[in-house]
Amino acid sequence: MAIQNNRLTAEQYEQNFSDIHPPFETQNAALVEANRCLFCYDAPCTKSCPTSIDVPKFIKQITSGNIKGSAHTIFSSNIMGAGCSRVCPVEKLCEGSCVFNLMDEPPIPIAKLQRYSTEKAMENNWQLFERKPSTGKKVAIVGAGPAGLSCAHVLSKEGVDVTIYEKESKGGGLMTYGIAAYKVTPQFCEEEVNYITAIGGIEIKYNQELGKDISLAQLKKEYDAVFLGIGVGIARQLEIPGEKLEGVVDAIQFIYDLRAKGYPTVPVGDKVAVIGMGMTAIDAATQAKRLGAKEVTIVYRRTKDEMPCTQHELDIAMLDGCEIIWLAAPKKVKSEKGKVKSLVCSKMQMGEPDASGRRSPVDTGETFTLEVDMVIKAAGQTPYEKLIKKFNIQHSAFKIKTDNCATNIKGVFAGGDAVNGGKEVVDAVQAGKDGARAILKYLKLC
Amino acid sequence: MASLESNFLGIKSPNPFWLASAPPTDKKYNVLRAFEAGWGGVVWKTLGSQVKNVSSRYSAVDYGGQRVMGFNNIELISDRPLEINLKEIAECVRLFPDRAMIVSLMADNDRRSWHELIKKVEDTGAHGLELNFGCPHGMTERGMGAAVGQDPEIACMVVEWVMEAATIPVITKLTPNVHSVVPTGRSVVKAGTNGLSLINTIQSVTGVDLDTFVPNPYVAGKSVFGGYCGPAVKPIALKMLTTIAQDELTSKVPISGIGGISTWRDAVEFMLLGASNVQVCTAAMKHGFRIVEDMIEGLNNWMDEKGFQKLEDFIGKSVPTITHWEELDINYHHIAKINQDKCIHCGLCYIACEDTSHQSIKLAYGKPYNTYTVIEEECVGCNLCKLVCPVDNCITMEEHRVAPEYVNWIEWQKRGLPLNDH
Ligand SMILES: Cc1cc2nc3c(=O)[nH]c(=O)nc-3n(C[C@H](O)[C@H](O)[C@H](O)COP(=O)(O)OP(=O)(O)OC[C@H]3O[C@@H](n4cnc5c(N)ncnc54)[C@H](O)[C@@H]3O)c2cc1C
Ligand SMILES: Cc1cc2nc3c(=O)[nH]c(=O)nc-3n(C[C@H](O)[C@H](O)[C@H](O)COP(=O)(O)O)c2cc1C
Ligand code: SF4
Ligand code: SF4
Repeated sequence: MAIQNNRLTAEQYEQNFSDIHPPFETQNAALVEANRCLFCYDAPCTKSCPTSIDVPKFIKQITSGNIKGSAHTIFSSNIMGAGCSRVCPVEKLCEGSCVFNLMDEPPIPIAKLQRYSTEKAMENNWQLFERKPSTGKKVAIVGAGPAGLSCAHVLSKEGVDVTIYEKESKGGGLMTYGIAAYKVTPQFCEEEVNYITAIGGIEIKYNQELGKDISLAQLKKEYDAVFLGIGVGIARQLEIPGEKLEGVVDAIQFIYDLRAKGYPTVPVGDKVAVIGMGMTAIDAATQAKRLGAKEVTIVYRRTKDEMPCTQHELDIAMLDGCEIIWLAAPKKVKSEKGKVKSLVCSKMQMGEPDASGRRSPVDTGETFTLEVDMVIKAAGQTPYEKLIKKFNIQHSAFKIKTDNCATNIKGVFAGGDAVNGGKEVVDAVQAGKDGARAILKYLKLC
Repeated sequence: MASLESNFLGIKSPNPFWLASAPPTDKKYNVLRAFEAGWGGVVWKTLGSQVKNVSSRYSAVDYGGQRVMGFNNIELISDRPLEINLKEIAECVRLFPDRAMIVSLMADNDRRSWHELIKKVEDTGAHGLELNFGCPHGMTERGMGAAVGQDPEIACMVVEWVMEAATIPVITKLTPNVHSVVPTGRSVVKAGTNGLSLINTIQSVTGVDLDTFVPNPYVAGKSVFGGYCGPAVKPIALKMLTTIAQDELTSKVPISGIGGISTWRDAVEFMLLGASNVQVCTAAMKHGFRIVEDMIEGLNNWMDEKGFQKLEDFIGKSVPTITHWEELDINYHHIAKINQDKCIHCGLCYIACEDTSHQSIKLAYGKPYNTYTVIEEECVGCNLCKLVCPVDNCITMEEHRVAPEYVNWIEWQKRGLPLNDH
């Protein structure tokens, strides 16, 4: 047993990481589906989209051959509409509420149609928004993730000059560094960032970390307002013995390496345990498998009823051949010659509901051991604790507290994962829009 | 099992489905394939003087992702040598003696031409003649086709010439490019035609190319009005058929129904409104001859279900139900009802009624699904919601008579009953 890289051939990597939701091959194929849409009034799909994209309208525009209009409809509500069409868990959002489900018919493939229009717009570099003349107002945004970019786009459109400070060397946030490679490629993420910022009035300063290279005081002084879209970067610690061993890795870091360094360079074990059952855990497990791990086991301390990922995501992992062990909590990582040898887990059971009706897993006292040579931790992320403390930002469990997007510090706003503790890209985009609206109001621009 | 056998003016065919005079019937190769597929008869592509066609010739209207809701053409009558056509007709008659062979004709506008052509055609053994008074393009400019059908007097004259020579049944095909088909119909019946057929194609422009700015079909930067047919024309054809079936004089002769027939259902509707048999062109051009299989089987099953043994049991059955507006019962009233178990909450009924009808549907907000209910007092029973609802039988119209008594508009006025209640 060993952790090693370069397990597969170039073709195998290519195949394993190819687009999981391929686009429509032809216009005809898109039209067949677009024509099925009933053009619902006060449509459930739109109501189920956190950014409220007018779904029936953009689909109707595909059928009339007005693809530019269709893309405009999407981007007006969601400037990351192209990325979202690939990464959104649509089975619990728009597609999940499409009325066709109520007839036991397959829903309209909304995401695929959205991808059709937005891809055309990006390919042809249609610039669908015009910037108002500069108002002379300046806003600093920290973080070039979905929340930051979306906020920047709205502000720039209204004539605000935006500067984004980003600690990494690329934009897109977790879209670029976190989300599974078979959903979006780094190249796509880069194109999307360029497409969004092409409106003008947005400068991104890379490799500039708030708290290290710049301070909040400085930003407050130099700008009329500040928006924090810093996300939740760091993986939660398991607090169990053996956590620091070689072979125990953080899922976000694992995925980051995969996205940033190229598949063959990322080492993976023969037998891998993944801890957690969120989107990150699923992505880490499936990608470990796709990198060539022989066995991947996902360990989760609750039951299927409580799992944070969707059934669709779980299906992807199962189809990739990942094993699932429910009601198992990691207790200890054992080693041999300093390397991971096994993972000891406690068997759990669901306890009585507490006052709020929520049931928590309780230890049965029994344990079992999984022979593994690699452990990937995906037990959630913890917010940037230090940063939040340092700037005296009000928070609850280090999720930034806001009132209509405003933090406790005057002129400082926040949104996205940093506030909600980690949801989806589409929620971050909406948070960016809301943040921009709040800032415009604060700057008396609307 | 019901019998589909059809007898049209003594011309027998195993079923009432004929192919209309058009490309599907313009040569032996096609016609034999059609007979093999099961078609009861054909009306051979119109014969007459020699012509020359152009390219392109057809265009279509697509709707909601479906191709060819309507079809149009700028073709002329048969562009093959007359002698070959005649020889092939004779061969087809010989090879399929149980099928109907009608030959469509459009001779030059003089008595001799008609007489000569009829003689030659009768020599093939064909069972009947159809006079093409309907072709709306190309031939009219030469004073033929629709130019004849649009003028009752000229039509009458030509039919008289024809009847002097013909020894087999003569069907006159009417053009729809008139405000009413009845005057020409009456005129040719008076002149002695044995039967009528309708409709031929309707003059049309199917669309304009938004890049070239030239309408369809395109011929070297120009276009002309083409003859429209296919599913889109069916309602118009049914209306014209009804006027012929209801007229005292024209209803005396058998009618062959044509226009947008694609299925056995369409055929039954034509027959219920007075057609003794039907002819099909566009549907065959879109799908091939195999469509006749389901037409035969579907008609048979339907007749069995309804207890009809022969076609005559239902031909014309619906004709008397189309009446004049002022004879409708004003006390009849029905109200929409939404079946909440079937409703999928699409809101289409709501927005249609709210924006364009009587604001009779109530929206109760829900996320993501709203609930829609009918406000009975407001509903005028127009059917709009039921028509737009995508779920079968989700919205039904429930009868709620205003009063038990039949009162029509004339009586209503006489009694001075109230108006403008909505
Ligand atoms: C493994 C994984 C898989 C996921 N899969 C999906 C999925 O399939 N679909 C989906 O919709 N969502 C998915 N998500 C969630 C989604 O990625 C996030 O909800 C979304 O990216 C949040 O956007 P954000 O802008 O709030 O934060 P982020 O995307 O985290 O962006 C924050 C940005 O701020 C920068 N930053 C942080 N601190 C500083 C600082 N001090 N100074 C300067 N810059 C800073 C970061 O580098 C980053 O670029 C996934 C998340 C993970 C971790
Ligand atoms: C390409 C084409 C050519 C036609 N040629 C003739 C013709 O030569 N003679 C004729 O009487 N009708 C002709 N028609 C009209 C058809 O016979 C028929 O009346 C009309 O198409 C309506 O029927 P449909 O809706 O089933 O097509 C032609 C129609 C088409 C589409
Ligand atoms: S719910 Fe489905 S059918 Fe209705 S508008 Fe949305 S995508 Fe179309
Ligand atoms: S149109 Fe039919 S399915 Fe749609 S909301 Fe109305 S009743 Fe329900």
